[in-house]
Amino acid sequence: MALVGLSGCGKSLLLKHLVRLMDPDRGRVLVGGNDLASLSRRELEATRSRIGYVFQNSALFDSLTVYENVAFPLREKIRLSKGEIRRKAMSELEVVGLEKAEAKYPAEISGGMVKRVALARTLVLDPEIVLFDEPTTGLDPIVSRAMLRLFASVHRQRALTGVLVSHDIPAIFSIVQKVAMLHEGKIVAVETAENAHASRNPVLAQFVNGEPEGPIGYLESRGESDMRALPLDLEHPVKNTS
Amino acid sequence: MFTTAGAWALSLIAHLGRAGAFIAQTFYCSATPPLKFRLAVKQIWFIGWKSIGVICLMAMFSGMVLALQAHSTLRQVGAEGFLGPLVAISLIRELGPVLSALMVTGRAGSSIAAEIGIRRNNEQIDALELMGLNPFRYLVTPNLLALLVALPLLAAIFDVAGIFGGYLVGVRMLGLNAGTYFGEMGSYVRMHDILGGLYKSASFGLLVAWVCCYKGYFTQPGARGVSAATTQAVVNASVLILACDYFVTSLVF
Repeated sequence: MALVGLSGCGKSLLLKHLVRLMDPDRGRVLVGGNDLASLSRRELEATRSRIGYVFQNSALFDSLTVYENVAFPLREKIRLSKGEIRRKAMSELEVVGLEKAEAKYPAEISGGMVKRVALARTLVLDPEIVLFDEPTTGLDPIVSRAMLRLFASVHRQRALTGVLVSHDIPAIFSIVQKVAMLHEGKIVAVETAENAHASRNPVLAQFVNGEPEGPIGYLESRGESDMRALPLDLEHPVKNTS
Repeated sequence: MFTTAGAWALSLIAHLGRAGAFIAQTFYCSATPPLKFRLAVKQIWFIGWKSIGVICLMAMFSGMVLALQAHSTLRQVGAEGFLGPLVAISLIRELGPVLSALMVTGRAGSSIAAEIGIRRNNEQIDALELMGLNPFRYLVTPNLLALLVALPLLAAIFDVAGIFGGYLVGVRMLGLNAGTYFGEMGSYVRMHDILGGLYKSASFGLLVAWVCCYKGYFTQPGARGVSAATTQAVVNASVLILACDYFVTSLVF
């Protein structure tokens, strides 16, 4: 499932509410039928242990190496022997293709590699649901496409549920089954990925096709309506005159 | 005006409540396993060991200036013999604990606040929580334990280096007898003074850990947020050290 919407519309906040990193001002958040706000600390921990979260900034511990980052949740959370921790962490690093970078620190590897380490650290605890917060932001198109393929293959192999917040349209449509559009605090449309482009929902259709005109009123909502007075030809690409 | 005063009072109460809950959680994590000894030792090394050089330097000059100032006054009443006790008691009771705490606040407190603040902004604290791990055990408790151990030791080192600084000026420069300088010190400094100084240091350690970790933990987003948190941590901790100094002095001595 991909969760799309304008930047700043609250997609990341929605993900944070799903694991109770934030509490809603109004309403309830139900995970597996349970209201997160009513759970005890222990129950909340049990619910959270089913969910993996890949943060937008990756949230790796910069004082630890790549291997130590992936092994960290196993070492601190689960009672396993050193050998087992090593085997499991290395096998996750192999899944994301980073077994050779195990001794490097997060500051020494590229942005794409950092995101892959974050994915490995999330997968090492065998979650049933994985929430990805903008996993391809800041990556070049080739790396981000490879990243999405990696997600798709992990998703297939482990039969997990993935919720992906992204602006990377249309690239994410190739790996998700459904697309949900968040607009003005509400999910206004849920479509299959194939139908999203031709959605009958005008908001989703406008967003997916990147039209400046439509019900979203993008420029007005950003306080940038004066852009309309500029001599911009939004219909045609810029011609190279040199 | 009433609205502003009311809003200010409410925010102060909320702030104090949050700070109270923060220290209660810290105490709970310090008293229950698992304790992260390795992290605490690492922090003792960073806060304590790496501060020794600057503490010695600061203490030497404090002792030297103290001896220089006191000597000229004592000479007027013919009591130069009391230079040793005066330097030692001033350092042990007051200057050692306070100046070493202020120095540690500037050197290590700022870095603690900034590091925790950056971890908060990089979502590392959220990541720990989602792994079912209590961030206090990794980020706050080790700093509290390290400061409780390191500050009294640093204050003791400060005292020794300061007394040596006083010796350099009083005995070597101004010609006081070394036996008088140290001998009188031995008869006037009581164990109570030394213990009182150490209690003070420990209370300052608690204060620095509390303020600096709290400010870092609840930092606002962005570089400006972290920079404001660091500044506030150092300023608030320094003021509180001096305020706390007054109350501990009136209680202990």
